Amino acid sequence: MSNKGIPVLAALAAIGFVVTIYLVFTYAPLVEDPVLMFNQKIFYYHVAHAFMLFLATAVCGVCSLVFLKTRKPKYDDLALASAEVAAMFGAVVLATGMIWAKAAWDIWWVWEKRLTMSLLLWLVLVGYVLVRRFAGSSADRLAAGLAAFGTVGIPFIYFMVDASDHHPKAGAGGVAATLPPEMKLVFWLSVLTFLLWCVALVMSRVQSARAERELREIRERGLDAGLFT
Amino acid sequence: MSVLRHAARVAWKDLRIELRSKEIVYTMAFFGALIVVVYSFAFPVKPDLVRAAVPGMLWVAIAFAGTVGLGRAFDRERENDTMRALLLAPIPRLAVFLGKAAAISLLVLLVALVCAPLLALLLDVDLFAMPAELLLLLVLGAIGFANVGSVFAATLLKVRSRDVLLPVILYPILIPLFVAGTSATEAMIAVKPDLDKLWYWIGFLGIYDAVFLVLSMWVFEALVIE
Amino acid sequence: MGALDKVEIKKLTKRYGTERALGGVNLELAAGKMTALLGHNGAGKTTLLGIVSTLVRATDGTVTYVSSGAPVEGEHVRRQIGMLAHSSLCYAELSAVENLALTAGLYEVDGSPEAITAMLDRVGLEPKARDRAARTYSRGMLQRLALARALLTKPSLVLLDEPFTGLDRGGALALGEQLGILRDAGAIVVVVTHDLEAIAGRTDHVAILRRGQLVFEERGSYSYEQLKDVYHRFAN
Repeated sequence: MSNKGIPVLAALAAIGFVVTIYLVFTYAPLVEDPVLMFNQKIFYYHVAHAFMLFLATAVCGVCSLVFLKTRKPKYDDLALASAEVAAMFGAVVLATGMIWAKAAWDIWWVWEKRLTMSLLLWLVLVGYVLVRRFAGSSADRLAAGLAAFGTVGIPFIYFMVDASDHHPKAGAGGVAATLPPEMKLVFWLSVLTFLLWCVALVMSRVQSARAERELREIRERGLDAGLFT
Repeated sequence: MSVLRHAARVAWKDLRIELRSKEIVYTMAFFGALIVVVYSFAFPVKPDLVRAAVPGMLWVAIAFAGTVGLGRAFDRERENDTMRALLLAPIPRLAVFLGKAAAISLLVLLVALVCAPLLALLLDVDLFAMPAELLLLLVLGAIGFANVGSVFAATLLKVRSRDVLLPVILYPILIPLFVAGTSATEAMIAVKPDLDKLWYWIGFLGIYDAVFLVLSMWVFEALVIE
Repeated sequence: MGALDKVEIKKLTKRYGTERALGGVNLELAAGKMTALLGHNGAGKTTLLGIVSTLVRATDGTVTYVSSGAPVEGEHVRRQIGMLAHSSLCYAELSAVENLALTAGLYEVDGSPEAITAMLDRVGLEPKARDRAARTYSRGMLQRLALARALLTKPSLVLLDEPFTGLDRGGALALGEQLGILRDAGAIVVVVTHDLEAIAGRTDHVAILRRGQLVFEERGSYSYEQLKDVYHRFAN
């Protein structure tokens, strides 16, 4: 991963963001739902963020497993970066989901399937960040274990949420598949934009973790050589 | 199978210590009972309401009392650094994990078997309409809990804030297990028991246990070695 | 797979996150020698001992265990390790006899009552205490039990992590003597300690760690005065 890639990705994401926001409000048609109407526009960001949440979590889970087995710090850096980015995307998913719920059903929180899944996944990620912060020298192993177990648990969460009738069902099914072509185009453009943004964030977080390690090493070499005493 | 033989040795050692002190069993069971009693005050005891609330009460009691017992069971290995002795022994480290998990499963099951009749008694719900199915459900729940719990409690052994981090790590992973347990119990005690639903969730729990057991066995050593 | 002849430590590095605990340590531990590993708290002694005992994984570098000319690993290495620490590594709820029987089972060595009695006689744990829970033992008795536990498996790599902590002078000297016997029987003995007096005149090899690096290494026997001198010169 090179340093140069990050500004390029971030710039592309910025351009993509401007373009999608323009298209969302001008090109994409309004839905013919009397309640949703204009509020439906948040869908382009909400679902794109949800995709990134699951993608970044999967990357974190896989890297965590590889880290546990190999103990190579680079996998740990990548796992940490994707977990933090996933937690951030997750927070956006939950916030936009609540706005959507308020607009559609006049209630801030509904136990809609995918929203519930996002919430449960987000709890794992928050746990991950807490462990990183408070588990001292065992933090990397513990967090990797949590990420691995959490990622393996995703299918269980899926089937659980699907089969559980604990919460009243709400929401529409299979939104992306049934969209009219204009909406579909804008939607996938938005997904691409946030993918670029997500990768840029993860890469820069990895860079900062790596820089921190290098700085430590240089300082230690200085101390070994008898400097700063 | 030397792994199973050594695992049995580790588990038997834990159970023998527990039989002698009875500390975990007594405190866990009492704590579980307390939760049940507190619940019966927290919710109005009306027949239809109770029927809906009892499954959740049972599994939350298992979760809370189980976490306390789990923490204590591993605290014991910390007191004289005996976990170090176990990991140093020339046995597969898998055996250490399996032994601890087996012993803790039994303790959790015992607590569940204290809480369930108490709930049935205090809230007048017929939890034991299908005793064999209930037992199977509790056994699967106890195994899943002990399995994931042992992995993380063992890894947390040297962490100072282990008491708060244990539930922070465990509960997000165990949510599917508790929901499955609750849903299955619900199906069991419904006015008209829903057998399809019951067996769906029992199957769900079985697969959950199997998948996480394999994962735990695969990563346990990598997690406990610093 | 028999006794270990030597342990080769090469370029051993350990990081906890970005924290460096060991930075490229080279050391060779030989059979029949007692190595004293000295240094301040946080110098990396415990980490080094942890890696040698296979309970800590190195970030970089290798530890090679050699038995009759060939490298061995995993359970074969652990089979040869005897650990003595400041904590007893024994269960407080079990008696001395039960603790030793458990160890014998895990190591698959003779755990018959006769063998256990002989071992407890050797370390001098009084007979009437042997069937009481270890929780009731004094510090000195616990250390005897811990020693019996370590000796029972006939280890050829004996690792000691601050074994003298909490012992009175007599107990510390007696333990030092036992270590001398093990060393003379051909075991590799590594002792991490602050107690220079207890190991004075017994070591064959002194290594001092400072900030995760080996700053002093010399073979030979050292008196208390000499140990104190090199410790103050190099550990700080």
